[in-house]
Amino acid sequence: MSRYIIKKILMAIGLIILISFFTFMLMQLLPGDPARIALGEAASEEKIQTYRNSYGLNDPVLVQYCHWITRILFHLDFGKSVLNARDVSAYISQRLPNSISIGLPGLVYGVLIGLFVGILSAIKRGSWVDQVLTVIVNFFLGCPRFLIAIFGVIFLGLKLKLIPLQGYTAPWVNFGEYSRKAFWPVVVNAIYTVAILARQTRSNMLEVISQDYIRTARAYGLPEKKIIFKYTLKNALIPVITIIGLQMRNIVAGAVIIENVFNIPGIGQLLLNGIQQRDYFIVQACVLVISAMTVFCNLFVDIAYGFIDPRVRRTMR
Amino acid sequence: MEQNLSLESMQKETRRRNRKQAFKIFFGRGVIVKLCTAVLVLFIVFSLFGPFLLHIDPNKQNLVNKLAKPTATHILGTDYLGRDVLARIISGGRVSLFVSILAGTFAAIVGICLGLIAGYVGGYLSKFIMAITDVVLSIPGLVFTLMIAAIMGSGVLSLTIAIGIGMIPTYIRMANGLVLSLKQNDYVVASSLVGQKQRKILFKHLLPNTFPSLIVLYTINLGNAIMTEASLSYLGVGINPPTATWGNMVSDAYAYLYLAPRLAIVPGICIIVLIISFNIVGDGLRDALDPRLRGKL
Repeated sequence: MSRYIIKKILMAIGLIILISFFTFMLMQLLPGDPARIALGEAASEEKIQTYRNSYGLNDPVLVQYCHWITRILFHLDFGKSVLNARDVSAYISQRLPNSISIGLPGLVYGVLIGLFVGILSAIKRGSWVDQVLTVIVNFFLGCPRFLIAIFGVIFLGLKLKLIPLQGYTAPWVNFGEYSRKAFWPVVVNAIYTVAILARQTRSNMLEVISQDYIRTARAYGLPEKKIIFKYTLKNALIPVITIIGLQMRNIVAGAVIIENVFNIPGIGQLLLNGIQQRDYFIVQACVLVISAMTVFCNLFVDIAYGFIDPRVRRTMR
Repeated sequence: MEQNLSLESMQKETRRRNRKQAFKIFFGRGVIVKLCTAVLVLFIVFSLFGPFLLHIDPNKQNLVNKLAKPTATHILGTDYLGRDVLARIISGGRVSLFVSILAGTFAAIVGICLGLIAGYVGGYLSKFIMAITDVVLSIPGLVFTLMIAAIMGSGVLSLTIAIGIGMIPTYIRMANGLVLSLKQNDYVVASSLVGQKQRKILFKHLLPNTFPSLIVLYTINLGNAIMTEASLSYLGVGINPPTATWGNMVSDAYAYLYLAPRLAIVPGICIIVLIISFNIVGDGLRDALDPRLRGKL
């Protein structure tokens, strides 16, 4: 087991290094020159060359990459913003908590409600409850997030005046204000997770219910509650854990859009602005941080698998 | 020779029957699949022939008549620059459909080829392709597409390529997985024992058998492409104004939500209906093309 965990951790670290290299190389393809962006169109050629030399932009790409990655690994220094020379790590440590305060509750509520909806519609399969839930789930699977967000603002905000239109207050500043303003962004974040998890849980439950050992349990005359919760659910939830790990990606993609709609100063907003303003170091740092979080989530899920499923544990040795 | 002929005709007969059955399963799933197919056909017809039916320039501004309520001349009213909303919906739909179909097809062709190669050839090439796929898949999709879109610059074609590149890894994964499992089948082993050329095995035995699953992925990815296109143009990345897309119509309308919420609602509903139609048709195709379900109806 511990060998398996170590192997997985090493693989995750390797993947993150690959991602950092890949992102760095991609950013080299971006049209435009960071020096030109930092100093403005009117800057003289001489000034630009001094800037390029001082930031090491004239070095070969591989050397630049090595400098960048060693600074991150040993000093947690992501470089400086091209536009205003502020530390990128300062930006990220300021913005990331805001994103997490919207994304994490979204993930948690999404998983809980998604499991509940999936189990409910599997137990009541074929009934009107199941049909209504399936229609709702399919509807939300086809809804882009920004539309759910905006339709909510139109109907709940403008018409019913239940939610504020946009804005954000951090929970550690004023929790009441936070819960009022973050309510709809968190719901929007959760909805997609609910839809995906509900669908997956339902189909897994139905697959397990048709297994022989469930039929045997029924033949023994076990109470239905015990069959569902002890034998079906436990086995049906195992593949669902993978889906939960993958939801991290959705939450991040959601962050880019939701932070834009509601004007929340998070890492998604930072990344989008960075891309629009060609702020290389910000984009590289954001993509690296986001991907590292995704990879570690999946690592956690992989390890959790071993603890939950005895069948996986056996193959791990 | 004669036996050969009868075998061929039998194969043809089976294929014909399977197709008929798939058709029956697809349309036998109830009214919703029929409705969604009709919606898709309608959207395609409208985006192809819409400009011939409605003679209004989608980019013509009329500031005197801005944010107007629906009238006989402007069936859906006008937007904040006095442009006709219906005309913009139709021309935006053209862009959305064009982008998503082209991006989906591009991704499918490139991704399936790479996936087949990675699955069948093996070795270092396969490891390299799958490593890059893993890397791209661990960067959240929208973030990766945003980066590619920034690199490609703005415009319809570069947006198409950006969305396409973002979808390639899913095809590689799927095609690779399918080939790896199909390769174990007896008929593939048998034909390589008989001395069949590798290329022939790849194109005659493996490729056709991957099609049912890949067609389903293709249809669902078209819906995803529309979603990505709408999200990107909502974020202001990709297509430049004044070209209308449903995404940037919603984005433009956001500032006027209080005065005219319908400017956001109408294109929004178009996006949702189109994506849901693609998803449901994809699900229907999955059921119809799954051989395990054949013969049940």
